[in-house]
Amino acid sequence: MSDLRHLYQEVILDHNKRPRNFRTIESCSHHADGYNPLCGDKVTVYLDIQDGIIKDVAFQGSGCAISTASASLMTEALKGKAVADVEGLFQDFHDVVTGTAEPSRKLGKLAILAGVRDYPSRVKCATLAWHALHAALEHQAQPVSTE
Amino acid sequence: MSALHDIVKPSEDIVSILDIANIRKDFPILHQEVYGKPLVYLDNAASAQKPQAVLDAIQACYSRYYANIHRGVHFLSEHSTTAYERARETVRAFLNASSTQEIIFTRGTTEAINLVASSFGRTRVESGDEILITHMEHHSNIVPWQMLCEQRGAQLRVVPINDAGELMLEEYERLLNDRTKLVGIVHISNALGTLNPIKAMIDMAHARGIPVLVDGAQSVPHMAVDVQALDCDFFAFSGHKVYGPSGIGVLYGKTEHLKAMPPYQGGGDMIRSVTFEKTEYADLPNKFEAGTPNIAGVIGLGAALNWVSELGLAAIAAHEHKLLDYATAQLSEIPGLRIIGTAHSKAAVVSFVLDGAHPHDIGTILDREGIAIRAGHHCAQPLMQRYGVPATARASFAVYNTLAEVDALVAALWKVKEWFD
Repeated sequence: MSDLRHLYQEVILDHNKRPRNFRTIESCSHHADGYNPLCGDKVTVYLDIQDGIIKDVAFQGSGCAISTASASLMTEALKGKAVADVEGLFQDFHDVVTGTAEPSRKLGKLAILAGVRDYPSRVKCATLAWHALHAALEHQAQPVSTE
Repeated sequence: MSALHDIVKPSEDIVSILDIANIRKDFPILHQEVYGKPLVYLDNAASAQKPQAVLDAIQACYSRYYANIHRGVHFLSEHSTTAYERARETVRAFLNASSTQEIIFTRGTTEAINLVASSFGRTRVESGDEILITHMEHHSNIVPWQMLCEQRGAQLRVVPINDAGELMLEEYERLLNDRTKLVGIVHISNALGTLNPIKAMIDMAHARGIPVLVDGAQSVPHMAVDVQALDCDFFAFSGHKVYGPSGIGVLYGKTEHLKAMPPYQGGGDMIRSVTFEKTEYADLPNKFEAGTPNIAGVIGLGAALNWVSELGLAAIAAHEHKLLDYATAQLSEIPGLRIIGTAHSKAAVVSFVLDGAHPHDIGTILDREGIAIRAGHHCAQPLMQRYGVPATARASFAVYNTLAEVDALVAALWKVKEWFD
């Protein structure tokens, strides 16, 4: 079971049990739904963006430990960030969880999800909230699907 | 939980009519390690593994006598045609159909149901008519009817289930009416394991002159099916769940229906004569088998059914029930574990959820213990909605599974609890 610890690290289990920013934002400027039809994971991401800065970000939904922890960690990482930097961060994160790049310093706490790269069937769990975030920024009306 | 099944102690398993250790030798794939642990394959409701007899039959077909069937005048074609049609007779006998012309080979259960929805539906279902299915159907017995209803302006009605996962028969009877053109019922639910009282349901439908299609994908591997005794109008199943190859399945249909129905697909093999003005269709069963079929798949399916028949479905069912009872008892002892589907009549499927651990996480942790289960909605999303869960974890058993493998499952679930408590 030791290799499972690379996936289910304490931080991930903690964020699964006590997800941060697990709420709605009443007066959000952006929001979008994400859905993984394979496992039924659902997430809604809310953003309050002012002058190109993410003032507040939160999420709601239900999913596995990986998708919940990833959404929770994502909200922590995004708060205060410039919208212009978000796509780059998503790309870096995506490259790490798919195993095409090693975690860099700027990924910060998000690097904890790097273990996902050894579990190809779980990559979509880790990226679901990010896809929803992307959709929210693009103002997509339809729920974004991982499929 | 204990009231549901007679609980069998593991020590009592020693006396069994089937020699499971010997049966396991027939399955080369089972003898391997996954992540350094012996493989425990408990995803049989999704697809069963294949015995050597099936592998040999396919190998022999391709290496010794393969050619296209039916119109060939040469040696190999005649040999292939004979083997192909012999398999049709094997299926006929397996289902106790009255004639081989009632056995149509399809790609699987899904295509068999689509065939009926398309061909029977197109000619028999009008605007305002109703198709009646149940709340525990697999998507394959929902979506084709939904598509048909959309095309024809008909309505899809659904028989509800109770909390145990049993159909509410009084509701079923109430829903049957003069507008009902067809009833589609799953024989055994893939997500709950519920064995439905289809004989009684067929009789109730027939009392109103309504034909019934039975989705037998999950029943054929686990119990003897006699389509004449059931008097069902259509019966569909897949080869890959009954130890046969994937990509091959069967539609049984009563001759009277199949004769009246237009072809599902047009092409070679399903015609008697073709001119640009008019085509005359072939007789049954060829009318519904357009194009070169899955020849080796059919031959492999025949070998699988022969293998199952040699063991005997009664003996297989007895062994699997032992596994089900033991697994139900053992899993029920895990705090926070809830079994979804506690019908009185059940096949060897245990669907469950565990407090604090998502089925997907359970699946990953079990996988690293060498244990293959399924986590998800099991292609039965309306059923998941009924129970208010996004997904379940599901262990499903086959004849080659052992009580020791149930113990491995239970031990691994205790580990999941350690992670997520």
